[in-house]
Amino acid sequence: MRPISLALHEFRFAQKVFWRNPASVFFTALLPVIFLVIFATIFGNDQIEELDGVKVTTYYIPAIVTLAVISATMVNLAMNVTIAREQGLLKRGRGTPLPPWVFIVGRVGNAIVISAVMLVVVTLIGKLLYDAPIPWERIPAVLVTLVVGASAFCCLGLAMTVIIPTREAASAITNAITLPLYFISGIFIPENEIPDGVLSFANHFPVRDFFEAFFTAYSPKTVGSGFEWGDLLLVAIWGLAGFLIAIRYFRWTPRQ
Amino acid sequence: MSDAAISIRGLRKSYDDLEAVKGIDLDVQTEEIFAVLGPNGAGKTTTVEILEGYRDRDAGEVSVLGVDPADPVPAWRERIGIVLQGTTLEPALTVAESLTQYAGYFREPRDVEEVIALVGLGDQAGTRARKLSGGQQRRLDVGIALIGDPDLLFLDEPTTGFDPSARRQAWEMIAGLRDLGKTVLLTTHYMEEAQALADRVAIIADGRIVAQDTPENLGDRRLLPSTITFHLAAGVDPSGIATIDGFGYAESEDGGRDVRIQTHAAVETLSRLTAWSLQRGIELDQLEVRRPSLEDVYLELTDS
Repeated sequence: MRPISLALHEFRFAQKVFWRNPASVFFTALLPVIFLVIFATIFGNDQIEELDGVKVTTYYIPAIVTLAVISATMVNLAMNVTIAREQGLLKRGRGTPLPPWVFIVGRVGNAIVISAVMLVVVTLIGKLLYDAPIPWERIPAVLVTLVVGASAFCCLGLAMTVIIPTREAASAITNAITLPLYFISGIFIPENEIPDGVLSFANHFPVRDFFEAFFTAYSPKTVGSGFEWGDLLLVAIWGLAGFLIAIRYFRWTPRQ
Repeated sequence: MSDAAISIRGLRKSYDDLEAVKGIDLDVQTEEIFAVLGPNGAGKTTTVEILEGYRDRDAGEVSVLGVDPADPVPAWRERIGIVLQGTTLEPALTVAESLTQYAGYFREPRDVEEVIALVGLGDQAGTRARKLSGGQQRRLDVGIALIGDPDLLFLDEPTTGFDPSARRQAWEMIAGLRDLGKTVLLTTHYMEEAQALADRVAIIADGRIVAQDTPENLGDRRLLPSTITFHLAAGVDPSGIATIDGFGYAESEDGGRDVRIQTHAAVETLSRLTAWSLQRGIELDQLEVRRPSLEDVYLELTDS
């Protein structure tokens, strides 16, 4: 099938370009691991009473997985697709017989594969350094959460390119959106330190719901299969909104 | 009409209240190198981007390789190559990788090695685009446009910002496309570029084509007068030649005269001048005869 082989072709080059970009590698692959080590070092082996006595290090595994997936998908696409647009690469691609969706699928596929790699890396580091348990019996919930979240945040990343005017503005706008959400959603600070009002506000945004779905799937205190369908539905609705915005307003030509 | 690679009739395009293209007619023949020449903002890029299928038009009929570019089907895209204004390369990929990536988009691409040789990047095949010089990057741009083995190639200002030697190299490469049997539509604001490369030139100014011909005949260049200039030393009396039509002079700093004669009969005028000079033993210092340059024609036509 030619469309599939074209998409794989595009995916291979997206991979090459990603791993050769020092900024992508640092922010997407290294920074989450650095955050994990810093937070685990600061908060040590405390237990969180409010969450059935889960260890802080165990808490941070799904938190950092959430951050890593959002970096690999939404942040990565918002930055790199904007840059490609402003360099004229999207316009040039449209001047070839390549169907436009293949271009997008190659990059989205790359983002999802990197998300999966980061999930495995963070989970293994958690096990090796902090003895955070690997949730073998809830793997289906982990994978479904990964696929739903990664897809939704890819759509949101593509939607963000609509509002990012220049390559210079890309990192400022993505940080302005993600950093406050990481703080209020319990990614950086354990949620028992965050006021209830702030948490329920954060619940309206997909970062918090995505994290809650991962937390339930990862937590050793979870009883049952670990699916948080309500949270996943909200994440999916955000993703759908991003998808519709991207379909309607996505730009292939440089603004400058 | 069957020979026309590109055919345009009555093309118009406005952006808001700015009328960028005000009714253009143009034919580009198969295997011709055709230059569209004009100052910035004349409507060159708008016209070319309509032909490339990037922009819609307000009015007029357009056919590019027999297809209306307002409906750019993939089979048509297989047959055209585009070099946009300004370099568009993925900086992290090497020359060979970039060409391999684009080759994958076409059903019958040219061989990557062959294209590398064609654009003269044999020594840079493994170099990432970000490390190439400006001229080399532009040649890679042209290589990517050639990778699908197109019948028709668009080059939008291919050498803008080049130093003279890089420009010469680019010209050699573009002239080489003629041997491949490609039709080339080139835009430029360099007079010498149109003259060096094109079989035919259209001059576009303020959204209209103001002249269209071979570089030799453009703007009835043969009908414009030639210019003869020379210097007469201080104290030489020019009254013997002052009766020649088109005679004029300016006082020069050394007290002599810089003479300038515009004439349609350069040979006859020269013969009168030299006879006068020989009879009286007067030097015609710095004697020069100049045909009107394409640049003169261009400046006159575009009012710049």
